[in-house]
Amino acid sequence: MLNLAAEGVTHNPILPDWREIVVGTVAFALLCFVLMKFVFPRMEQTFQARVDAIEGGIKRAEAAQAEANKLLEQYRAQLAEARTDAAKIRDDARADAESIRQDVLAKAREEADRIIAAGKEQLAAERATIVRELRAEVGTIAVDLASRIVGESLADEARRKGTVERFLAELEGVGAGSGSTNGAVRTS
Amino acid sequence: MIGQSIVLAEGDIPFPPSVEDFFLPSIVPWGEHSVWFTKFTALIWLAVGIAIVFFLLSYRKPQLVPTKRQWIAESIYGFVRNNIAVDMIGAQGVRFAPYFTTLFCFIFLNNLWQIVPFVQISPMSHIAFPAFLAIISYVLFIYVGIRHHGFAKFFKHSLMPPAPWFMQPLLIPIELFSTFVARPISLALRLFANLFAGHIILLVFTFGGFVLLNSDAIFLKPISVLSWAVSIALTFLEALVIVLQAYIFTVLSASYVQGALADGH
Repeated sequence: MLNLAAEGVTHNPILPDWREIVVGTVAFALLCFVLMKFVFPRMEQTFQARVDAIEGGIKRAEAAQAEANKLLEQYRAQLAEARTDAAKIRDDARADAESIRQDVLAKAREEADRIIAAGKEQLAAERATIVRELRAEVGTIAVDLASRIVGESLADEARRKGTVERFLAELEGVGAGSGSTNGAVRTS
Repeated sequence: MIGQSIVLAEGDIPFPPSVEDFFLPSIVPWGEHSVWFTKFTALIWLAVGIAIVFFLLSYRKPQLVPTKRQWIAESIYGFVRNNIAVDMIGAQGVRFAPYFTTLFCFIFLNNLWQIVPFVQISPMSHIAFPAFLAIISYVLFIYVGIRHHGFAKFFKHSLMPPAPWFMQPLLIPIELFSTFVARPISLALRLFANLFAGHIILLVFTFGGFVLLNSDAIFLKPISVLSWAVSIALTFLEALVIVLQAYIFTVLSASYVQGALADGH
């Protein structure tokens, strides 16, 4: 079978030799098998992985951006809330301070009033005491004076008391009426 | 005069190049005329081996940030995937990208032998290799079309362009020929003929240089330098052809698959 192309036989260049077709087909099939099974699918995988890597990177960046925006919004909201809270606290504090001041003032006024009232009362009481004491003393002094001036001993206690009382009553009545006590005393 | 020099040079230099220059003897000692082990089959295996080793080594440990070699391997796949499969077929072209990339690498590496020093001939200049690739593309687009549309709808879709009914007797044979006959043949012939002609042209100018150098006429000898310069320039042209033909084969295969998947005309 190998002696087809014997010496002197002219070859026709456009008639394919079947053995060469077999060799070519087998060789090409081998090449196809190896490249299409082991090389090009892996290239597709690599291309895909590359696309994924790039798109994944973009996606990750976008996610990070969104996260950052969300956090920023959150912080802004928190900040605004904190500002409102602070304002509220300040207002409350101001109101509290005002009410405390009012309370303190009211208490102070009350205390003052109380102290004034107590002072007045005490004053009135003391005045009454003094008036009472004075009345007794003035009587004694007046009697002493009168007895010394007149030189007469007033033995009768009841009469003397009556005289003094009368005198004092007259004195008070004149004091309340005209204000000139000396004249009244003199006239009586 | 040129005819004379050719005759004179006939002894040691095979000039002019002929079809027999493409049919090299077996490279193994047994079976002198075996087609199983020739320079061509060896080059095919070598190209396949290089491609496998390159891709496996550069994609042994893929990383998100690629190394230089991983980047090169990815660029090859990415080029066919995005600029051929997805551009031609659309989003579902991604699932054909591995096959088209393999096809592109296989054709490109085998074409490349055309200009590799000391090899200087591409297996693709034997029609057998472009032919089986064309058959695979042919089967692929028919299979994809039938899977997508169903058998009857696919053939109706492929054979009956939207035209008035009385035009169909004319159009159906044309469509039948262009889609189901011309496509695989043109795919195979285009690749084969480019590489075949490229090799012949390089042979003409390289051996032609020697023929001129050996000619009796003194004033013909310096022209051999020009001939070699042209052959170097043509090698660069071949480099372009190599890439272009691999690209065209892949793009056309993708275009056929796209046509089979398309819903309207």
